[in-house]
Amino acid sequence: MEMNTKEKIIEGLLFACAAICVLTTLGIVAVLVIQSVQFFSEVPLKDFLTDTQWTPLFADKHFGILPLLSGTFLTTIIAITIALPIGLTTAIYLSEYASNTFRSTVKPVLEILAAIPTVVYGYFALTVVTPFLQIIFPSLSGFNAISPGIVMGLMIVPLISSLSEDALYAVPKSLREGSYALGSTKLQTAFRVLIPAASSGIIVSVILAVSRALGETMIVAIAAGQQPRLTFDPRVPIETVTTYIVQVSGGDVPHGSLEYKTIFSAGLSLFVITLILNNISFFIKKKYREQYE
Amino acid sequence: MAEKCEVVSQTGMEIAIIEKKMETRIEKQHRIIGAEFMPDENLSTKGNVMNKIETKNVQCWYGDFHVLRDVSISVEPNTVTALIGPSGCGKSTYLRVFNRMNDLIDGFKLEGDVLIDGKDIYDKNIRVNELRKNVGMVFQKPNPFPKSIFENVAYGLRVNGVTDKKLIADTVERSLKQAAVWNEVKDNLHKNALGLSGGQQQRLCIARAIAVQPSVILMDEATSALDPISTGKIEDLIADLKKDYTILIVTHNMQQALRVSDKTAFFFLGDMIEYNDTKEIFNNPQHEHTRNYVGGRFG
Ligand SMILES: Nc1ncnc2c1ncn2[C@@H]1O[C@H](COP(=O)(O)OP(=O)(O)O)[C@@H](O)[C@H]1O
Ligand SMILES: [Mg+2]
Repeated sequence: MEMNTKEKIIEGLLFACAAICVLTTLGIVAVLVIQSVQFFSEVPLKDFLTDTQWTPLFADKHFGILPLLSGTFLTTIIAITIALPIGLTTAIYLSEYASNTFRSTVKPVLEILAAIPTVVYGYFALTVVTPFLQIIFPSLSGFNAISPGIVMGLMIVPLISSLSEDALYAVPKSLREGSYALGSTKLQTAFRVLIPAASSGIIVSVILAVSRALGETMIVAIAAGQQPRLTFDPRVPIETVTTYIVQVSGGDVPHGSLEYKTIFSAGLSLFVITLILNNISFFIKKKYREQYE
Repeated sequence: MAEKCEVVSQTGMEIAIIEKKMETRIEKQHRIIGAEFMPDENLSTKGNVMNKIETKNVQCWYGDFHVLRDVSISVEPNTVTALIGPSGCGKSTYLRVFNRMNDLIDGFKLEGDVLIDGKDIYDKNIRVNELRKNVGMVFQKPNPFPKSIFENVAYGLRVNGVTDKKLIADTVERSLKQAAVWNEVKDNLHKNALGLSGGQQQRLCIARAIAVQPSVILMDEATSALDPISTGKIEDLIADLKKDYTILIVTHNMQQALRVSDKTAFFFLGDMIEYNDTKEIFNNPQHEHTRNYVGGRFG
């Protein structure tokens, strides 16, 4: 009886913890949705999705989300273009070529890259990478998309390399042996057997890295310039969804005003995109489990 | 059409010549993916060329662990040799000596001579990838790649740089036929190989191995994970493949050794105790260990 009550209490506590998580998430979504509904009662959804300017803080107000989305996607694409080849090559090297001791030292060191505060990366982009790129491309503005994109790419390399390496390493030894026994080289085995066999794990790692890049705030806030602009030119200043939110919430926009509500509509857009990505990744993981069990 | 008429009008003799020409062409095609694992000019022939395979005083170590001692065997071409013995006595290690699969294991060391077609396959001039094309392997657990049936068989050709679509398609079909699995998969060539049954997967793995035209096939307990019907099919297949290949099998199934092999080698704790005609090993074993093992296994 005594035991039973204890069990009940513990169960209750565990449930409370889980409930707090779920309720917090629901609360955040509710706030996003409620504020956004109010926003969309004043700004038509069509303008929001098609207007090519985002100037809520100016006298001539425009509420087109596209410039923020283009900035977000541009920096994310640059980051993934950098991170995917480097991350995947690192993963192949670590899982197929490196010795065990090398792998077990390098992997944690790589993961430190992900632990550096992003503000440090931001200033690295602004004060090191941008001046360096300006030597090569003199027309580059002091604030631009390419420099924070590259630095963000370096930051997410470990995300891709670490998860992809786990996926490659988990490919059964029998497949490697089968491939070597047919006379293929290490490189052929890696590219023709291991990567396809580990593809779902690799895709999941890339989706995670994309979500991380979409949501990254500090690096772009520091080095990209905070100027909403519908462009895919990486040399000019841009603004991303997250940096806009930071800019407005840190500023002196009155609570409850339309300007204030823009940050919820922008936040909701980002939330929808990340939610879709998460679902894709969940779907791939589920399919992957079915295949190997 | 015109071509066909012409052929029909040929005399028998001319047809024979054409056939001969085609044969040489096919041989050349095989050469592309074939067995030139060794630059001939660099190596003298050491052993008796009548033997397809010969090992002389082969010793193997995993680190400090002396796993095989002084194994000497000669194998004639187009025969099936069975390696039998209790678990852990070194049969798999010995089998993997012939395609140098043990090289992948850290700390593995080998001494002695291993000759295939009279040539030392552990010579430093050997190209291991080419050797492995010449010496195919089928594993204990079927290990098809998570690709289509077609791509599984085409894999060995593709990694060897064969791009001719027709040659690949023909080889895939021929190999699947030779591995006695064609009729079961011919309508599903582009389905994932992981969907096949265990027995079909294993025959697919045999097809995959023979697609690169090896001359030796190694099978390490290739039927131990299969049901009796699939096992029977693979045994029939081994008997059939003997015409074209020299085959070494590891098996724990004495009836199987008796049914399919010409010669049998009995291994015990790292030593090759007895090597003889299979019938002799089973009916008239010379060593006590062999007698106990074979007797116990039958009893
Ligand atoms: N990679 C390895 N590293 C160390 N020891 C091994 C390795 N593979 C096999 N062995 C040992 O070598 C001995 C022979 O193994 P194996 O050739 O697989 O035997 P069998 O095939 O006859 O069962 C066993 O004692 C086994 O534990
Ligand atoms: Mg074994």
